[in-house]
Amino acid sequence: MGKSSDDKTPKGHSRRDMFKLAGAASALAGSGIAQAQGAPPVAAPREALETLTAAEAEILEAFCARLIPSDANGPGAREARAAHYIDRALGGALASAREAYRSGLMSLDAQARASQGAPFSALGAQIQDAMLTEIEKTDPGFFSMVRQHTLQGTFCDPYYGGNAGFVGWDLLSYPGIRMAVSEQDEAMNANPAPVRKSAYDFPMFDRHSAGIADRISAPMDQAHMPFGMGDTKNGH
Amino acid sequence: MAIELKKTDVLIIGMGATGGVAALPLTQAGLEVIGLEAGTWLSPSDFAPDELRNNYRGWPQLVQKANHEVPTHRRRDGAPYSPRPSVHPMMNAVGGTTIHYWAQSWRLNPWDFKVVSATTARYGASRIPSGSTVEDWPFGLEELEPYYDKVEYEVGISGQAGNVAGKLDERGNVFEGARAREYPMPPLHGTGFTAMMADAAKAIGAHPFPGPAAINSRNYEGRPGCMYHGWCDRGGCPVNAKSATSVTTIPKALATKRLKIVTRAQVTRIEVDAKGRASGVTYLRDGKSYFQPAHVVLMGCFTYENVRLLLLSKSKMFPDGLSNAHGQVGRHYMTHNSYGSVSALFPENLNNWYGLPAQGIAVDNWADDNFDHSGLDFIGGVNLWAMNARRPIAAASSETFGMAKGWGADWKAFIRQNADRIHHAYMQKTTLPYEVNYLDLDPVVKDPLGDPVIRITADYQENEKRVTRFAQEKMAAWYKAAGAVAVRMTGNDGVMGIGAHAYGGTRMGDNAQTNVADRWGFSHEVPNLGVMGASLMGTSGSRNPTLTVQALAWRTAQHLTENWKERAG
Repeated sequence: MGKSSDDKTPKGHSRRDMFKLAGAASALAGSGIAQAQGAPPVAAPREALETLTAAEAEILEAFCARLIPSDANGPGAREARAAHYIDRALGGALASAREAYRSGLMSLDAQARASQGAPFSALGAQIQDAMLTEIEKTDPGFFSMVRQHTLQGTFCDPYYGGNAGFVGWDLLSYPGIRMAVSEQDEAMNANPAPVRKSAYDFPMFDRHSAGIADRISAPMDQAHMPFGMGDTKNGH
Repeated sequence: MAIELKKTDVLIIGMGATGGVAALPLTQAGLEVIGLEAGTWLSPSDFAPDELRNNYRGWPQLVQKANHEVPTHRRRDGAPYSPRPSVHPMMNAVGGTTIHYWAQSWRLNPWDFKVVSATTARYGASRIPSGSTVEDWPFGLEELEPYYDKVEYEVGISGQAGNVAGKLDERGNVFEGARAREYPMPPLHGTGFTAMMADAAKAIGAHPFPGPAAINSRNYEGRPGCMYHGWCDRGGCPVNAKSATSVTTIPKALATKRLKIVTRAQVTRIEVDAKGRASGVTYLRDGKSYFQPAHVVLMGCFTYENVRLLLLSKSKMFPDGLSNAHGQVGRHYMTHNSYGSVSALFPENLNNWYGLPAQGIAVDNWADDNFDHSGLDFIGGVNLWAMNARRPIAAASSETFGMAKGWGADWKAFIRQNADRIHHAYMQKTTLPYEVNYLDLDPVVKDPLGDPVIRITADYQENEKRVTRFAQEKMAAWYKAAGAVAVRMTGNDGVMGIGAHAYGGTRMGDNAQTNVADRWGFSHEVPNLGVMGASLMGTSGSRNPTLTVQALAWRTAQHLTENWKERAG
């Protein structure tokens, strides 16, 4: 848990560098320069990935988007950037799940190609749902892991790269982090106004230690937490 | 070779809930104390309101020792392993788990100390479940009362007394044993939700009251009152309103200048001399091995590590582990009965987003022997607890009452409407010790040092399952009286695996054949080795154990100061 390394990607680029590269790429794509110079139009480039391959990320994005779809009830996992959260976490706190993601995603895609003749991400929503329903039965460990991490990526503190724009918290009508809560705030119909802040927007909290928590591959993947820890059943 | 250090009077393993308390009476009596702590000091800036980090990634502790020592579990001899959790419920730090615990700070009820004799007297001996190894405690509540009182005032507990010197007070728990005086602080205030649940409890003939908490309800000894921001269920308190030992008894002990705390010290063995007395401990720090000699060694780890250290500390005189001549180390193990759950769906938002687990409303009518069991087929009971505490990931992970599957558009519509309308009961139920439930060293799974972790062999027995069904019915009735539109119970899903409330393994009792520790918490076999923690407890009660283990720790320490020559040799 060295101080110097906790914001590094596995390849040694700092995350800030990666964001800069990604930002530069988007700026270029948005400028219309490519078209103006007569080159064929290109798809908007994907933001730099930290851990997953581009192919894996495409499958995962589609998977997450069906778990929490974007629909009349508001933005979903795609807008929350749950797959981005998972990509980041697989290089750190969830590193032990990296191989499970590789094999699970590639197997899902292979099944899509075999049965539908197209990659999973290119299938329609109904067919994707049917395939995920099947995976939920045939590979429940993988399915529940992706589901749990998608929930984390949609509803976590935005510090970790998910819950972008607080769309997850808004979906739940969670009014956000308050440091001091009055008795009135805890009344049944209080409806406190939403506070859209990360914990680390409060200057009293140490980003550095959260950074360690994010980057260290600790035995922290709770996909297999059968005894109620983290919920109310078995607290202190 | 271990580097040998200068001898101290008392060495305490672990500066947590118990060690952090025991250090105070010891140092106040003039003894030199060294506290070895595997974790580090943490500061308020480490206690961010961050659900992912606190509840899913096992922080805020910086040192992850406990997470590398998570016990394995199987239901019975020869059964396959259950899935192994990746995070230990305990944490390593100065203050230990009192940093991130929920801080409910109960005294046990009188019945919990005399389960065998009281049950036999009221219902007959046949009502003790067969296969249970339960014994009466070596003393009753009245013996522990002065120590409960001491800890409530020294640590700082808020609450509403229900029985002061025999005079009942309806605002508190009328089933509690007599206490000498009121709590030092009034209880935490209630919420809209807990008020609703209190009314519903009265409607079903129960007696609701706010529970006791190691959280300031107002300024106390220079620390502020609770801000109710609600992130202390697995995180520390950023304003030090939670009465962790790191901000209460430990600073007071340090002020005597007779406590020295060594952090990042991982104790690996308790050593004995040629006479079979504890001579000190070996510990690792920054890759170096040290031997710290002491006149007296006090163990202040969590149940699993107390048991593991004894079993690992084998020697010529103690070939089966320290203080284990009668094979009692690891026996009489229990975790709080969490077999079966109850959840409710309400027709309106509960505004449970703020507040904390200790900010709840309790019902004790069906706990312990507070009700007549004549026509029932079990002994013991349940403390029902309805609390205010909700966080976004957990809320989104909630069940759907059969109204939607766990993902997709229907799920999203359900969770959007109901995230703040769901409530999960916290039911603490009597658990008894049984011959078939025990701890030993795992033959396969090891920690990074190559030492075996603890293996739990345990399952709920018939009495626990019957208590559960009874508790579920009472909880469901309470929820329905409060207006719940759906109530869901689970059964057959309880795994008696690793728990935050783990009892036994070094049980305390007068009979050296069936107990590791004597009535003072000292080993029957090693007179200068004391044990502190819930590993001493022979019954679970139906409420959180921390205040009880802190009262026991104070009592063990005071006994040591009053019997120094006899114990220290």
